[in-house]
Amino acid sequence: MAEYIYLVPLFPLIGFLINGLLLGRLPRAAVNFIACASVGLSFIVAVMLFFDLRALPEGQRVLEQVLFTWIPSGALQVNIGFLLDPLSAVMILVVTGVGFLIHIYSTGYMSHDPGFGRYFTYLNLFTFSMLVLVLADSFPFMFVGWEGVGLCSYLLIGFWFEKKSASDAGKKAFIVNRIGDAGFLLGMFIIFWQVGSLQFTEVMAAAPAVFAAGGALVTTVCILLFVGATGKSAQIPLYVWLPDAMEGPTPVSALIHAATMVTAGVYMLARSSVLYTMAPDALAVVAIIGAATALFAATIGTAQNDIKRVLAYSTVSQLGYMFLACGVAAFTAGIFHLMTHAFFKALLFLAAGSVIHGMSDIQDMRQMGGLKKYMPITFITMLLATLAIAGIPGFSGFFSKDEILWKSFSSSHGHILLWIIGFITAGLTAFYMFRLIYMTFYGKERMSDEVKHHLHESPRSMTLPLVVLAVLSVIGGWVGIPHVFGVTNHFEHWLAPVIAGPHQEAASHALAAAGSSAATEFLLMGLTVVLVLFSIFGAYMLYKKRPELSTSLAQKFSGLQALLVNKYYVDEIYGALVVRPIVTGSVFLWKIVDVLFIDGLINGFAAIYADISQVARRVQTGRIRSYATVFVLGVVAMVGYFLYW
Amino acid sequence: MIGDILTYLTFFPVLGVVLLLLVPKERHDSIKSLSLIIAFVTMLISFLVYALFDPLASGMQFEVNVPWVNSVGISYHLGIDGISLLLIVLTTILTVLAILSSWNSIKTGVKGFYISILLLTTGMIGVFVSLDLFLFYVFWEVMLIPMYFLIGVWGGPRRVYAAIKFVLFTMFGSLLMLVAVLYLVFKYHSMAGVYSFDIQALVSMPLSFSEQAYLFAAFALAFAIKVPLWPLHTWLPDAHVEAPTAGSVILAGVLLKMGTYGFIRICLPMFPEATVAFLPYICVLSVIAIVYGALVAMVQKDVKSLVAFSSVSHMGFVMLGLFTLNLQGLEGSVMQMINHGISTGALFLLVGMIYDRRHTRLISEFGGIAKVMPAFATYFMIVTLSSIGLPFTNGFVGEFLILLGAFQLNTWYGVFAVTGVIFSACYMLWMYQRVMYGKVTNPENEKLTDMSARERIIMIPLVFLIFWIGVYPKPLFDRIEPAVKNVLEQVSRAKSVQLDPVTYELTRVKDEKGTVTDATVTFAPEQEEATHE
Repeated sequence: MAEYIYLVPLFPLIGFLINGLLLGRLPRAAVNFIACASVGLSFIVAVMLFFDLRALPEGQRVLEQVLFTWIPSGALQVNIGFLLDPLSAVMILVVTGVGFLIHIYSTGYMSHDPGFGRYFTYLNLFTFSMLVLVLADSFPFMFVGWEGVGLCSYLLIGFWFEKKSASDAGKKAFIVNRIGDAGFLLGMFIIFWQVGSLQFTEVMAAAPAVFAAGGALVTTVCILLFVGATGKSAQIPLYVWLPDAMEGPTPVSALIHAATMVTAGVYMLARSSVLYTMAPDALAVVAIIGAATALFAATIGTAQNDIKRVLAYSTVSQLGYMFLACGVAAFTAGIFHLMTHAFFKALLFLAAGSVIHGMSDIQDMRQMGGLKKYMPITFITMLLATLAIAGIPGFSGFFSKDEILWKSFSSSHGHILLWIIGFITAGLTAFYMFRLIYMTFYGKERMSDEVKHHLHESPRSMTLPLVVLAVLSVIGGWVGIPHVFGVTNHFEHWLAPVIAGPHQEAASHALAAAGSSAATEFLLMGLTVVLVLFSIFGAYMLYKKRPELSTSLAQKFSGLQALLVNKYYVDEIYGALVVRPIVTGSVFLWKIVDVLFIDGLINGFAAIYADISQVARRVQTGRIRSYATVFVLGVVAMVGYFLYW
Repeated sequence: MIGDILTYLTFFPVLGVVLLLLVPKERHDSIKSLSLIIAFVTMLISFLVYALFDPLASGMQFEVNVPWVNSVGISYHLGIDGISLLLIVLTTILTVLAILSSWNSIKTGVKGFYISILLLTTGMIGVFVSLDLFLFYVFWEVMLIPMYFLIGVWGGPRRVYAAIKFVLFTMFGSLLMLVAVLYLVFKYHSMAGVYSFDIQALVSMPLSFSEQAYLFAAFALAFAIKVPLWPLHTWLPDAHVEAPTAGSVILAGVLLKMGTYGFIRICLPMFPEATVAFLPYICVLSVIAIVYGALVAMVQKDVKSLVAFSSVSHMGFVMLGLFTLNLQGLEGSVMQMINHGISTGALFLLVGMIYDRRHTRLISEFGGIAKVMPAFATYFMIVTLSSIGLPFTNGFVGEFLILLGAFQLNTWYGVFAVTGVIFSACYMLWMYQRVMYGKVTNPENEKLTDMSARERIIMIPLVFLIFWIGVYPKPLFDRIEPAVKNVLEQVSRAKSVQLDPVTYELTRVKDEKGTVTDATVTFAPEQEEATHE
């Protein structure tokens, strides 16, 4: 079975090569077909692999395949090798499954764009890189996918490169990610330095013997890897690129900046769970950053008017939840939320894309309103996704978010404050999502007549993926219904062999759940649901029932409003504190150190040399008389020396 | 026949020079075709050498050792190991591409131009095959003269200043090197009774620490100027900006590697104690070069000087790798030499193509080029990615190993050097954005033609190499590894280090207290045996 793991990334790679090498020479239908088919085939193989893996006894669910040696350098032997275990199996299903739907959707969305060939080439390259990332069997090979997805993200954000804002956003994404990647690299170096290998299986097996639990080294490793994760998964302080990434085509935002790439950091943490459980301090950092990001981004999300930006900040916030989960050593919950989030957030973006498509590329929600009757399928599917993200009981997001909240409270790494932040964020999430729904689909139709004239429901190729994702957003959470409801948590059970961590603890929780803590869990769950419903009601009052209230509120708290609309001025602060000093400093190095100092020194030497020569050259006057005088004086001096000394 | 293959390889371009002298100087097409054929055949010979080279054998291969001037111990001693092999192949490939790139852009003094290039090729190959210091020195100087002409005759407006600066910097270094060479030869005479210029013989000669230190300093200065190591780099941007495309390609692609090659072939094996002692200083300078070069590159206005400063940064990586003195660092360093030759060579070729069209290289003159020249933009993107070391392009493999090695040596070197990875993305992508993206604002850019067939033929082999080395570098590693292990074994003769026979890692010898001694302290008592003849 392991022999065909390589097919999963291979198909998109072939698609990329065909579409890339024959760019501009293939008709649109062929490009669409190749792009979609390659990812579709991958998905089929992924499903087969999943069932193969499931057929194996629980303890043996690890399949490895090595193709060839990539970097052989002494003790460092990095393979082009794949590791399929329950964790990567979940990931490849999400990547190829959601990826396939988004490819289909893209055929409709990009149907009027002349750059479709380039678009699908990049999209296939992205899928390939993402699959490498999740299937790699070592840190460096994972890094190949890691930087590969970063590259595709750069290319796709800047897809409409004639727009300055788009190419700026692409560049920003790449550079901010590189900052994180530097941390990732350093983390890898410490691991190699200590363990002598970068192979996941070897590192995880050796780690308990090599690193002292709770020691400075393993904590540093975990924090450095987490720095990499904050870049890729847009956490404080490196989240700033993700909102700008919305310059890219909307399906790209759905695939890369919501469902897959940005979750790579969470995947990496889960993959390294053995290390993280040995470093409680690092876990605390992860949990605090995660919780802070979740809250911070959610507050910004309540004040944005661009439909995609609301979703972007929502993504940052939801990723914060996933890290909060990892930070309290509930990696399974993090991955569970990763999966459900992939469904509902991809759907939200695709639905937003459908709205934008129908609205002749307008993204400002202040110019929308009342779209419900024009775009019924988009409306219903988007509403379902909104219910899922808001955490309405029964929907996928409810189970995964509740799991995280409960773990942040009950885990031995948890804390009541973490729960409170998560709780408040849940309320804000429901609020800004329903604000979006009301501003877009309800109320007055605020668009111009011309836009209104063009308003239409999107074509089948776009609505079909919406429907499939809507189904997943509703039922996708049912695989991981918490123990407290008296059922087995299949998802947790499936991942248990890979995820380190407090297995015993989980068991004890299961036991404890039978007793008093079950009551606590239901109580907290109930509190969250009440808050969510209250927030939805708030959004209803402010943006549906009495829209004038929201305007007057905004006026009353104009300072706060400005702070939120301007995203706490973080971009400006970074610009003033980081970017500008570096550029100014570089100019100083060039103009002052290089040109003035070093070259000045050297040219100065040359000048002094020339000056001395100028003087020395006067000795050669060309006059016989002066030469004769010097000659005679010389003879006299020499004779005198020999006679009288 | 096969035994003499290095001789044929080295002097084949000279044969071309002789033939070129017979062609009338106004027959441009014949001159160009002839030199292309000569360079191409030279490249094929180098491929043959690559094919015949036994990757498993350690030590020198294809050795030729004929006494030449017996009375002073000069011999015609050639031979290559994996390191020189790869650098030679790089040289011959870049020469062919450099000639192709000059096809339409050099219109005056055509004959002299191609003669210079072919002479330069012999000089470069000669340095890489020499195992005799006299030969080494001769070839070293042979390279200088054609390069001087390439910059000074076919260069830009400030070509004379740049050419003289280039020559004076290099000459200054090589004079000190000459003194050091002579010292070594006389010292050998005083110990063995005969003169010898043979590198292998001189390597085995014991030298006191202070001798090593002075000799190391003399050689290191010559090599560091060539690399160029900060703060000796200021000749490079001028030389690059003024040089014609072919000159820049060869200068960046091969000539800079002469410096690092000198370190690995002469400084490290001959003066191991001094190497260990000077290591911290050189590492610090290398790290400064990495960061400084990248920062200054970021604010350049001319694409060529941007690439020149990026070379300072990248060559800083190579130097850092060399002085990590561990297997990963050294292997990474050799890989980075090759990779920098490919990526930077490719960048200069691309810049040359746009210069041929617009006769300017100022970033501000461009914008929106991706719209007018999509193929050019694609090639440029691939080379840009290779230059910033994206995994699966050639740039990553070397940089990764160097950083890994540097980190093992000293955490802080690794931490500071890794910022180079971030800054390289900044300056390359910012430049790419300003040149390629946006709307076409300058009317002169509206009618640019995309790459011609000749230009594509130039770029395709480089792109192939970029991905080949990025994805499957094993064949190169197989050839580098024995050579690098040899170097490490030679360095391990220093008393202050120990070589782990399995991992080939050099570790500092610990004193009784169990703390690692600073190398300079260990050497202090040895200074009394210093002899100055």
